[in-house]
Amino acid sequence: MLNKKDLLGIKELSAEEIILILDTAGGFRDVLGRDIKKVPTLRGKTTVNLFYEPSTRTRTSFELAAKRLSTDVINFSVPTSSVVKGESLIDTALTVQALGADFIIIRHSSSGVPHLLAKKLRASVINAGDGINEHPTQALLDAFTIREKKGKIKGLLIAIVGDIAHSRVAKSNIYSLTKLGAGIRLIGPPTLIPSEIAGMGVQVFHNMEEGLKGVDVLMMLRIQMERQDKGFFPSTEEYSRNWGLTPDRVALAKDDAIVMHPGPMNRGIEIVSEIADGPRSVILEQVTNGIAVRMAVMYLLSGFRR
Amino acid sequence: MHKELMNKKDIDRALTRMAHEIMERNKGIKKLCLVGIQRGGVYLAERLAAKIRQIEKKEIPVGSLDIAFYRDDLSIRKEQPLVRRTEVPCEITGLKVILVDDVLFTGRSIRAAMDALTDLGRPAAIQLMVLIDRGHRELPIKADYVGKNIPTALSETVEVQLKEEGFEDRVILMKSAGKAVEHAQ
Repeated sequence: MLNKKDLLGIKELSAEEIILILDTAGGFRDVLGRDIKKVPTLRGKTTVNLFYEPSTRTRTSFELAAKRLSTDVINFSVPTSSVVKGESLIDTALTVQALGADFIIIRHSSSGVPHLLAKKLRASVINAGDGINEHPTQALLDAFTIREKKGKIKGLLIAIVGDIAHSRVAKSNIYSLTKLGAGIRLIGPPTLIPSEIAGMGVQVFHNMEEGLKGVDVLMMLRIQMERQDKGFFPSTEEYSRNWGLTPDRVALAKDDAIVMHPGPMNRGIEIVSEIADGPRSVILEQVTNGIAVRMAVMYLLSGFRR
Repeated sequence: MHKELMNKKDIDRALTRMAHEIMERNKGIKKLCLVGIQRGGVYLAERLAAKIRQIEKKEIPVGSLDIAFYRDDLSIRKEQPLVRRTEVPCEITGLKVILVDDVLFTGRSIRAAMDALTDLGRPAAIQLMVLIDRGHRELPIKADYVGKNIPTALSETVEVQLKEEGFEDRVILMKSAGKAVEHAQ
């Protein structure tokens, strides 16, 4: 049972709660495969997407999840809202709540914003990515995809490759996959892997070939182009040479290893097209599973009783 | 505090009789599909299918239906119902679907099940089989095939225990509200 009002991060969840979300998502995955991809479960409720950072896939995925649960959806995108007139974050959120929102999906460039809103609001707050902190629904859809492909998560060896330091996706995945009993290898240049991270029960590799040996899952991270000029790596060419996923490197992993990417991909930089579109890639399934997992989260949060 | 209403043999005989009733009323099993409601109904549907196969020497499709997404009490329950799989192995449009459940009480689960089913297709007809009808309907719903009618008080609960869930097959009536309350949807 998940008696929670909000989903703020994986850090706050137990292994049992994560498994409950994944099991529930299985039921919604069935629904998405039908002709009628909609259920009346949350009829009469309202969802507001409050995105302070650009996003296409996460916002669309939440929008579809909310619609397929029969809630009404409003998209509040910041460039067109009162925020440009100087309205504060809390005021915007309170206004959205006063409009009758039951679910507020928030993305913000500052870590901790969803936690702040969750305290101030009666509505359920779902973190759709906050700064470099967490992106819990991405980690849940990744875990769902791995479990579906591999039949289990416990005991698997999972490599996460790239800019760990600035990745909320990596952080949420480390929390979730270690809680579920997988072994994690973080692979990337020392400038992009914070040294304290070893305390999270992971292995760190600064050599891609070594790190990929024998892994079951290769999880690539997006190289954040906006950080390219900050000196974390010399050039995209060099990054690609050392940390890009190529057929030769995939061959070092287990024969049945799967390749994942949270998107949007920089083709030819962190992953070559041949791999991204190849038979090992589950990247498009991740997208479909994302809707099911987000439906499961909304369904379970709606069961919160004060 | 409980009383045994049916034992293993009683349940088996009731299922055998209902298997015959289903075939008699539908003149065989052509265009029939059995769909059990999660969770007890799924096991009963499988048992019923096994009996029908034995008698007719033909296959009959069996599916499972989860009604969590269609319940009318989601906002008043203490906790969200667990979501289980819906697996209906055939295209139900044009088929006669026999819904199978363990206990018929208020009728609200059946209302939810019919909504869930019609989102999967347009059956030619829906019929209802229950092992126990304990009365107290809150909706105009009636079973076509009944294992046993049992008059109950609202304060009592009926629990169908099946070996598929690790029990000895039996149906019990409990005086105070116990686990069986979940059947009341």
